[in-house]
Amino acid sequence: MTPGRGESLANLASHAVAEGDVRHKRGAAVVEVHQVSKIYTQHVARGLLRERLVAMFRSATAHPFYALRGVSLRVNAGESLGILGPNGAGKSTLLSIISGLCYPDAGTVTVNGTVAALLELGSGFHYDLTGRENVALNASLLGLTRKQLRERFDNIVAFAELEDFIDEPLRTYSSGMVMRLAFSVAVNTNPDILIIDEVLAVGDQRFQDKCIKRIYELKAAGRTLICVSHSSRLIEALCDTALWLDHGSVAAYGDVHDVVKAYDQSGSGKDVSA
Amino acid sequence: MGRNYSFLLTNLVLKDFKVRYRNMSLGIFWSLLNPLVMMGVLTLVFTRIFPNYSMSEFAVFVLCGLVPFNFFSIAWASGTTSVIENSALVKRVRCPREVIPVASVLANCLHFVIQIALLICFTVLFGHHVNRHWLWLPLVFLMEVAFVCGLALITSALNVYFRDVRYVVESLNVVLFWLVPIWYALDKVPVAYHFLYQLNPVTAVILACRRILIESSAPPPTLLVKLPLVSFFVLLMGFLVFRWLKPRFADYL
Repeated sequence: MTPGRGESLANLASHAVAEGDVRHKRGAAVVEVHQVSKIYTQHVARGLLRERLVAMFRSATAHPFYALRGVSLRVNAGESLGILGPNGAGKSTLLSIISGLCYPDAGTVTVNGTVAALLELGSGFHYDLTGRENVALNASLLGLTRKQLRERFDNIVAFAELEDFIDEPLRTYSSGMVMRLAFSVAVNTNPDILIIDEVLAVGDQRFQDKCIKRIYELKAAGRTLICVSHSSRLIEALCDTALWLDHGSVAAYGDVHDVVKAYDQSGSGKDVSA
Repeated sequence: MGRNYSFLLTNLVLKDFKVRYRNMSLGIFWSLLNPLVMMGVLTLVFTRIFPNYSMSEFAVFVLCGLVPFNFFSIAWASGTTSVIENSALVKRVRCPREVIPVASVLANCLHFVIQIALLICFTVLFGHHVNRHWLWLPLVFLMEVAFVCGLALITSALNVYFRDVRYVVESLNVVLFWLVPIWYALDKVPVAYHFLYQLNPVTAVILACRRILIESSAPPPTLLVKLPLVSFFVLLMGFLVFRWLKPRFADYL
């Protein structure tokens, strides 16, 4: 990333236009995570009957693995939270729990509002179907109605800049094109809470800037963003607060600049893209 | 969550269907081929090789058995593996997971409709006339779809925790080919063994088909009571079992 990046992003922010109805009063908690732990017992990872039977007799030797340990956070309407941490720190598990895809073993999660989650590039897409068919499939998975899709389809394609390829099968797309389509569908569902796991990294600089601008617009409209990235610069540009996860526990949580500074100094957060 | 499930279900069914047929040059021809070949083979065996079957129109008779059974076995098997095959959806996209096995079963319904059309063609070809009792057919087939949806909900959820379940289902399908009256009439079965057939909706659908298409009369009233009762009971159980098992899906996929 270029040194002048912070300024250009600040400009983008000032261009952001408030849009639509603000569904939540600014300052009201939309996501509240309280003392959440997630434990994976290592031997049940594979679901074969034989292994389950063997495991029953060996339960004493099974050692639990804490993917998350006593994590708490709170995100208010119109705020955005960035999650930092090395591989295996529990970032994706935390996003899965907030998205309602899996359940914590301890603690509580409260989410007020609709969620659109981009957790993995191309999940919910089928590579043999065309872009158009995938937009319909993905939009319906995210809860759009037939009528809403009809109204928003052109916007989705235009934002992704894929007008010329929309009737081609997805397997002919580059990963950047898939990301553009996935991001475009997700933001066009107008979610209260947008959850993004690292997928922005696939797009080129210009499209990343476009996404960031769009995220600022959503924030200005009172929507909430939670994102995971290895790039502390991206987190600093997008987020107000940050959470640094290390081995499933919170290493730091607070103002984004403080957390990013501590993270970068710890050595684990060397920005690979710098 | 005020969601539009029908739009989601339609899209998932279309996905299944398009993916399956886009890579097949002969398309729906394959839906016709399987029952035709089976009908031909079974007719050859039971009218020529072991000609101990005193049945004038064995072809229609056996097709009445094959069409409902084919749908049952293929839809159940594909429904059972559907949750695992769509693990990316289950783990990464927040959607009502029930729609996955249900969509998988419904995607097989187009084959089913094509095969039913084939069955109707043969029935007419063998000189039977269309009559008002045929109105029972959609209802009877609908009951079978509900029954298979219920079974698929149960086995697809179990299959997440025990991957062996799909093999149990495959074996059961082989066993049921013989324990469902496909190539024989239920009257020929000794009464002592009738209990094996009593509460099986697939048997009921086959018997109803033969009654309607070959004998041109309405299905017996007891069948019309038992079939919906069992089918909807299994469907309800399916939703309950699935709801009970789904919270930990993401941890086991």
